[in-house]
Amino acid sequence: MARQAARGPDPRKVSNELFTLTYGAMVAQLVKDYEHDDEVNKQLDKMGYNIGVRLIEDFLARSGVGRCNDLRETADVISRVAFKMFLGITPVVTNWSPAGDEFSLLLENNPLTEFVELPDGHSQLNYSNILCGALRGALEMVQLDVTVWFVQDQLKGDSISEIRLKFNKRLEDAVPAGED
Amino acid sequence: MSGSYYFVIVGHQDNPIFEMDFLPTSKNNDPKRDDHRHLNQFIAHAALDLVDEQMWASSNMYLKTVDKFNEWFVSAFVTAGRMRFIMLHDVKNEDGIKNFFQDMYETYIKFSMNPFYKFNGLIKSTAFEKKAQFCGKRYLNV
Repeated sequence: MARQAARGPDPRKVSNELFTLTYGAMVAQLVKDYEHDDEVNKQLDKMGYNIGVRLIEDFLARSGVGRCNDLRETADVISRVAFKMFLGITPVVTNWSPAGDEFSLLLENNPLTEFVELPDGHSQLNYSNILCGALRGALEMVQLDVTVWFVQDQLKGDSISEIRLKFNKRLEDAVPAGED
Repeated sequence: MSGSYYFVIVGHQDNPIFEMDFLPTSKNNDPKRDDHRHLNQFIAHAALDLVDEQMWASSNMYLKTVDKFNEWFVSAFVTAGRMRFIMLHDVKNEDGIKNFFQDMYETYIKFSMNPFYKFNGLIKSTAFEKKAQFCGKRYLNV
C-alpha cells in the first residue's frame, strides 16, 4: 500500500503531443469517413457533448467550485478553472452582449491544433468543434441550455480562435410523466 | 560562386515526395533545363542504392557526398524515419548543404505532424515550398 501512495506524477496525465496526435488522427479519420465537412462538424459536436456530460462531474469533484450566481461567474469559472484544468490554457472572456447573455472565449494557442493545417477542400471544417460540444454538454448537466459555436478559427486564417457562447434558458428538472 | 542544386525527398517506395530545383539566375538556358529534370531524377535514383548501403554504415544522419556523376555530386541525409533527402550539386558546399538538410528536416517533421498528411505521400503544401526556397536562398546561394 505504501508503494502505491508514493506514485509521483498523476497517472491520468498524458504527454501533450500524444493528446494532440490522438485527436488529430481521430479528426482525420472522421474526414475520411464522412464526405462533407458539415457531417464531420456535427459528429465532433456530438462527441464533445458526450464528453461534456461526463466531464462536468469530474470537474466539479476536482475543482470544488460552488454554485455560480450569474453568467459572468460561470464564464469566469469556465475560462479560469475548467480550461486550465483540462487543456492547460486560459482563454480570455470578452465581447459580452449588451443583454449579458452572450460572451466570447478567445483562445490564442489551442493545444488541439498544434502542427495542424487544414487540407484543401475542407475549409468549412471546424477542427476543434469538440470543444463546443463539450461546453454544451457540461453546461446542460448544470441546468443551463446554451448554444456554442466558433466565430473565428486560426486554422481558417484568422488571427485568433473565438468561441461564442449564448445562454438560452435555465433548464428545470422535469417531473417524469405519471408522477405527481 | 553559386551552382545549381536539385533537392529531392525520397520515400520508402523510392517515390519522390518533394522535389525542388535551385538554379542561379545567370543560367538562362530553358530548353536545357527540361532535359536536366529527367537527368536529375535519373542520377538521384541511381544514387539511392549507395545511400541505402551507407546509411547502415554510418551513425550520422548526414552522409556527405555518396556519389558522383560526371560533374554532379550527390549528397544525402537520412532521417530517423528512413526518409532520404538527396541533393544534387555541381559545387562542393558541405556546410551549406548540411545546414540546409537540418532545416528541411525540421520543416519536414513539423509538416508530417499534421494529421491530414498521409505518410509517404506527396507534399503539396505551398508553405513547405516557400520554406524550402527560403532555406535554399539562405544556405545554398551564399
